[in-house]
Amino acid sequence: MSKSKTPQLFAAQVPIFPRRISGFYRNLKWWIMAVTLGIYYLTPWIRWDRGPALPDQAVLVDLAHRRFYFFWIEIWPHEFYFVAGLLIMAGLGLFLFTSALGRVWCGYACPQTVWTDLFILVERWIEGDRNARVRLWKGKWNIRKWRLRLVKWNVWLLISLATGGAWVFYFTDAPQLARDLFAFTAHPIAYGTIAVLTATTFLFGGFMREQVCIYMCPWPRIQGAMMDDDTLTVAYRDWRGEPRGKKRDATRGDCIDCMACVNVCPMGIDIREGQQMECITCALCIDACDEIMDKIDRPRGLIDYLALADEPEERAGKPPKPLWRHVLRLRTIIYTSLWSLIGIALIYALFIQSDIDMTVEPSRNPTFVTLSDGTVRNVYTLRLRNKLGESRQFQVSLTSMQNLQIQIEGAGGDTVTVAPDSSTMLRVYVTADSVNLAANLDQTDLRFWVEDVENGDRASRSSVFNGKGEK
Amino acid sequence: MSDFETETEIDDETGVETTGHDWDGIKELNNPLPRWWLWSFYISIVWGIGYVIAYPAWPMITGATQGMLGYSTRGEVASEIARFEDQNSALTSALSAVDLNTLGENAELNHFAVAGGAAVFRSHCSQCHGSGANGSKGYPNLLDDDWLWGGTIDQIAYSIKHGVRNEVDEDAHYSEMPAFGDMLEASEINQVVHHVRSITGLENDADLASLGQPLFMDNCSSCHGDNGKGDREIGAPNLTDAIWLYGGDVESLTQTISTSRFGVMPAWGMRLKVSEINAVAAYVHQLGGGE
Ligand code: SF4
Ligand code: SF4
Repeated sequence: MSKSKTPQLFAAQVPIFPRRISGFYRNLKWWIMAVTLGIYYLTPWIRWDRGPALPDQAVLVDLAHRRFYFFWIEIWPHEFYFVAGLLIMAGLGLFLFTSALGRVWCGYACPQTVWTDLFILVERWIEGDRNARVRLWKGKWNIRKWRLRLVKWNVWLLISLATGGAWVFYFTDAPQLARDLFAFTAHPIAYGTIAVLTATTFLFGGFMREQVCIYMCPWPRIQGAMMDDDTLTVAYRDWRGEPRGKKRDATRGDCIDCMACVNVCPMGIDIREGQQMECITCALCIDACDEIMDKIDRPRGLIDYLALADEPEERAGKPPKPLWRHVLRLRTIIYTSLWSLIGIALIYALFIQSDIDMTVEPSRNPTFVTLSDGTVRNVYTLRLRNKLGESRQFQVSLTSMQNLQIQIEGAGGDTVTVAPDSSTMLRVYVTADSVNLAANLDQTDLRFWVEDVENGDRASRSSVFNGKGEK
Repeated sequence: MSDFETETEIDDETGVETTGHDWDGIKELNNPLPRWWLWSFYISIVWGIGYVIAYPAWPMITGATQGMLGYSTRGEVASEIARFEDQNSALTSALSAVDLNTLGENAELNHFAVAGGAAVFRSHCSQCHGSGANGSKGYPNLLDDDWLWGGTIDQIAYSIKHGVRNEVDEDAHYSEMPAFGDMLEASEINQVVHHVRSITGLENDADLASLGQPLFMDNCSSCHGDNGKGDREIGAPNLTDAIWLYGGDVESLTQTISTSRFGVMPAWGMRLKVSEINAVAAYVHQLGGGE
């Protein structure tokens, strides 16, 4: 026990200067970056013809008109369960991947990782690789340093602007909004959103980086619950590497303590200390170490994707379990089945989704009215939805065991016109004269039908007719 | 950060420094938070102070501090309402001027009237007529096709505007049925009751009913008509249909005839705008009984 200084409860951010590396995982990550960024920036510009009355943007979240368009799918607010289902699938997908491969999401696909990677790439182009950057950081603020920093910040800012800019295109017609944005006539909300997203991208990608993952993001804390001993994560085979040392002789392990794995790590940690909270499993240290192993002519995989469960076997010099045995286990099978079940249900729902839709709401206050001649009347509110881009004639009818009459308030006959891509509410009367059985029974089943007069598309809903209940 | 001198040490297990706090051997590890986190904490305090100055915040005895920006949620609602009223002003003035008989031809205005009328109905009419407009004993059911004072949209608007038997509007509908308890014997009233039930097709004593028939002719037919079909001009109910405002059972009818009824409805013309009256009239007219 030593008498010492006052403990420091807060610490400054330690700058990290990841070194450039190439290798299998680095290439994989470049590809994933290109694909994900490509999808993000380009999707709003894809066109999809839906007829004159509807927008021709393939992916559009039309908040003002409460519609979500995704290629051939159009989702109305009452079908929000599609979105909920997709979100649940996304969640289960993350669970599945995390239980099989640890923090793959963090290492490869999370926007925080992808954009940070992009920002580091820019940083490297402008300021040079690790050693040059360390020197620059330590150096005085002279003209050269200012120049490099300003160029770097400006490029970052441009990327951030493009990032924030792309986001708003998902919510309204992209070409039109682009014109408006440049003409300074777009809605202030568009500029505000772009400003906020530009600022966060710039800050998170340029300066906060690993701090976001370590201190701000809730996901790593949740991920721990999905991992177990069979989960494949990035780890160091210390039984092979230790004792480490620069000198190569028979008493030493394979690790030559070159610090390559530490220097490439975007989180600034040493994987040889074991699994750590900070590690996002980006696998760059695997590439770095493999490169060294090739040079000193030792087998690759001193740092590798490993399952903790294999450690005892490997230590004892026995071969590890095959990969598929780690991946295929109860937990991943359950996640996969749940994921596919919801997927199948959604696809099924998508197939039975029709362009004509109806909901029926029987009036319960009062349940029935007696007219002056003793006729019993029920009132229903019908909502008819026309999902096509042209106006259509819908005929409303009903079927029942009893002889019930139907009449639509305000309409001459049984046919109504519904405007394109909209819904209409009808007040519908169903009557049974005083001698009708339905007038005197408690309840009679009935079914409303709506049919497109032209093409015969139909939909139906069942409901009940309330009588006086005297028989 | 703090000024206390403590004994810190490096924890063997984790290799992390302790804060020096020691509770019966349990020591606290010092994993320092990042400094920017502390700064964001300070900034949020400054933000909080600014917020408290700018917006209503501290509860006082009779209210809360008002804030420098003069913001209030009530003000927000009022301005929202004003904005919507402004947006609808063209429709509202059209609704004040419209000839109700042609309202149905203008789909947009009609929709506006019915939706607005439903709101007015809920706040002003539902107390008596019920939120479903089906009334109750003594309060007419507005869903059926039976009307005391007429069921065209104009007649409905008139009834709403002037009301019934109130003392404030000279143009209110007025009629008064005498209390026959003072004029007829109880047995005679009973005979009239059975006669009335016979013309409606309800169960009755044929002998009593036939005795009641001349009594009905002498006392009731001047208003309700020889055949009991009533007269809307004077608000005399049709006694032959299936609808009873105060009940068609023997007991209710006896009471109605003996003591009479005197339902009152306020003159809404004095409290609602013309556009609101037209809106309620349109709403009531489309409930199913409109003529
Ligand atoms: S920790 Fe959070 S922010 Fe960081 S990579 Fe993982 S999910 Fe993304
Ligand atoms: S330790 Fe390796 S896998 Fe983990 S974050 Fe660092 S470089 Fe990536």
